[in-house]
Amino acid sequence: MKTPLLEIEDLCARVADKEIIKGFNLTINEGEVHAIMGPNGAGKSTLSHVLCGKPGYEITSGTVRYKGKNLLAMAPEERAREGIFLIMQYPVEIPGVPVTTFLKHAVNAIRQHRHEPELDTMEFIKLLREEGKKLGINPDMLKRPINVGFSGGEKKRLEALQLAILKPQFSILDEADSGLDVDAMKVVAEAINAERTEHNAMLVITHYQRLLKDIVPDYVHIYADGHIVASGNKDLALEVEEQGYAQFLKEK
Amino acid sequence: MTTEQEKPEIADESGDKYKYGFVTDIASDTAPKGLSEDIIRLISQKKGEPDWLLERRLEAFRFWQKLKEPTWAKLSYDKIDYQDLYYYSAPKQKVAPKSLDEVDPELLKTYEKLGIPLKEQEVLSGVVAVDAVFDSVSVATTYRAKLAEKGVIFCPISEAIKEYPELVKKYLGSVVPYTDNFFACLNSAVFTDGSFVYIPKGVRCPMELSTYFRINAQNTGQFERTLIIADEGSYVSYLEGCTAPQRDENQLHAAIVEIVVLKDAEVKYSTVQNWYPGDKDGKGGVYNFVTKRAACRGANSKVSWTQVETGSAITWKYPSCILQGDNSVGEFYSVAITNNRQQADTGTKMIHLGCNTSSKIISKGISAGRSNQTYRGLVKVSPNADNARNYSQCDSLLIGPDCGSHTIPYVENRNKTAKLEHEATTSKISEEQLFYCQQRGIGEEEAVSLIVNGFCKEVMQHLPLEFAIEAAKLINISLEGSVG
Ligand SMILES: Nc1ncnc2c1ncn2[C@@H]1O[C@H](COP(=O)(O)OP(=O)(O)OP(=O)(O)O)[C@@H](O)[C@H]1O
Ligand SMILES: [Mg+2]
Repeated sequence: MKTPLLEIEDLCARVADKEIIKGFNLTINEGEVHAIMGPNGAGKSTLSHVLCGKPGYEITSGTVRYKGKNLLAMAPEERAREGIFLIMQYPVEIPGVPVTTFLKHAVNAIRQHRHEPELDTMEFIKLLREEGKKLGINPDMLKRPINVGFSGGEKKRLEALQLAILKPQFSILDEADSGLDVDAMKVVAEAINAERTEHNAMLVITHYQRLLKDIVPDYVHIYADGHIVASGNKDLALEVEEQGYAQFLKEK
Repeated sequence: MTTEQEKPEIADESGDKYKYGFVTDIASDTAPKGLSEDIIRLISQKKGEPDWLLERRLEAFRFWQKLKEPTWAKLSYDKIDYQDLYYYSAPKQKVAPKSLDEVDPELLKTYEKLGIPLKEQEVLSGVVAVDAVFDSVSVATTYRAKLAEKGVIFCPISEAIKEYPELVKKYLGSVVPYTDNFFACLNSAVFTDGSFVYIPKGVRCPMELSTYFRINAQNTGQFERTLIIADEGSYVSYLEGCTAPQRDENQLHAAIVEIVVLKDAEVKYSTVQNWYPGDKDGKGGVYNFVTKRAACRGANSKVSWTQVETGSAITWKYPSCILQGDNSVGEFYSVAITNNRQQADTGTKMIHLGCNTSSKIISKGISAGRSNQTYRGLVKVSPNADNARNYSQCDSLLIGPDCGSHTIPYVENRNKTAKLEHEATTSKISEEQLFYCQQRGIGEEEAVSLIVNGFCKEVMQHLPLEFAIEAAKLINISLEGSVG
């Protein structure tokens, strides 16, 4: 029996009076990994933002249920505490706030929500260093203000580190691979795969089939003009890579 | 309808926010309202002062009567009626206490609520000597023996006037003369008490010196006077922290802090100021008009001011450095936070007189609610100050659409060899930053406090550790309710 984790029905959303998401439907069950591919400007990041409750988007119709609950009624931090995590396409710089401090606040906010005791500082730093090491993040980087002056690849590694530390149930990876060198791609994919369990699910947004070799999806969807235009298995990604999006756009 | 005045209550809505808003019930020994030569004589007599000091007070008072209250600051408030204030109030206590056992338990309870580590074991185990000032008279001074060993003097200034008249006579008013400004002049006439510090030649003060000020008696203007003298080659770090109970009337505060730094000496002066800022609508709150100035008299002397200003309805404050000695250094690190209807006009003055003098200004202003904030700074280089250097950085952070922030840097350079740099930024907490925090499970208020603390970090790291922790808490308290 499959347990649905995320159910999106007829979702429509606009930003700055522009219709971006137009009748989007998708159900993701526990344990599944879905990949989304689509041309620039199709609305992939918009979808990830809407799912995470970023302000500035107007939901004009549709519903989203997460663990059976109305996701759209929840505050962004509530969604995060309930296990939704987004690797952002463009991680944000926060001057003066060290990675360690930031992540400690995040971990404890989530633990508090789960009625777990706060992590002791020493324990936490140990954990952070261990996980960081796996991702090629050295301790000095953890002392720096979060994302400030980080290279594109470093930012993505740091996003993966946060995923590993916060242990979400549903992760959205919005171009987790962009900016990563080949070796980094491997370690980041490894870290992400480590979070694949029979209860956790993922939505992987990417332009390249490369990442999907390491993080093998159960389903691949082609997203264009605000909704899914084609779905298939991992081979669909190969097809896109070889032939581009033209065929899917024409069909419509 | 009742005509009775409402009593301030601890549990009301604003009282909750301002946890230090309680009133201690100690019978005050209070002089009648108003200001006159007679009141000044009374103050001087009550304190058993020598004639020379009374003369100075009267001289200042006569000068003050000719002065007009300044209006150049970007502050608006109802005119203060100086005849409607009390100028003297002392907790009733017949004999000065020799140990904490002799201190009024009510008073100790107040300190406890404020979190002042006055309990002897805490003081003994800690490294902080507390010269606690309650209203205008110092009632408890601790841990002086260890300081005395090194020859450090740390006592109420009223005591210093009697015990060390030469030092006081020589230095009092030498950095801030009574002619300096309206509020300093008023203070010179009516100051009641404050702290006195003397660090002898070559001595590194073995602990941080700390004074907690607390305004208590109703309607009592506070006129503290602090004098710090760092003799040649000495070092001291001094902490000043303030809280005040909640009041409906505005309370006037006009303090003076004078610091004298001699050759090769260094003084680090840190302040956390959280006087009652008034309620959401700007009712009540302390008016804080304070003159703080350090004179780097000797070569290679150094002074640094670090301040975290979260309180007061009105703040008028420009801790300054007179860099007289060659190679002397002045620093100013400031965080000012205003919320609701608070107004702050604050900054610094760096006056370069000696050669190779350098100064650094890092000012971080955070405005929220309907508050208004002005950074006002002056960097002045005199014709003889060859190779003077200044670096100024003034950053403002706005929270919400209704607050204001202004940066007014004045530069007066009369020497071509000077190198002066100024940077200024104004920013808002971005939606992107907030969302990033929230996406990681951090609530909005906590996110704002994280971002704000990050913004202030360059300044906060100059505070002594225990102070930095308190200051970070204060920042959070003062921004409560500023988002959402
Ligand atoms: N604030 C905004 N105002 C106007 N248009 C916007 C705004 N935010 C997004 N858009 C537009 O919405 C569309 C979808 O953007 P989105 O970032 O979701 O695309 P994407 O599929 O993630 O593209 P990419 O592959 O380049 O990352 C784009 O045309 C973009 O310009
Ligand atoms: Mg995108």
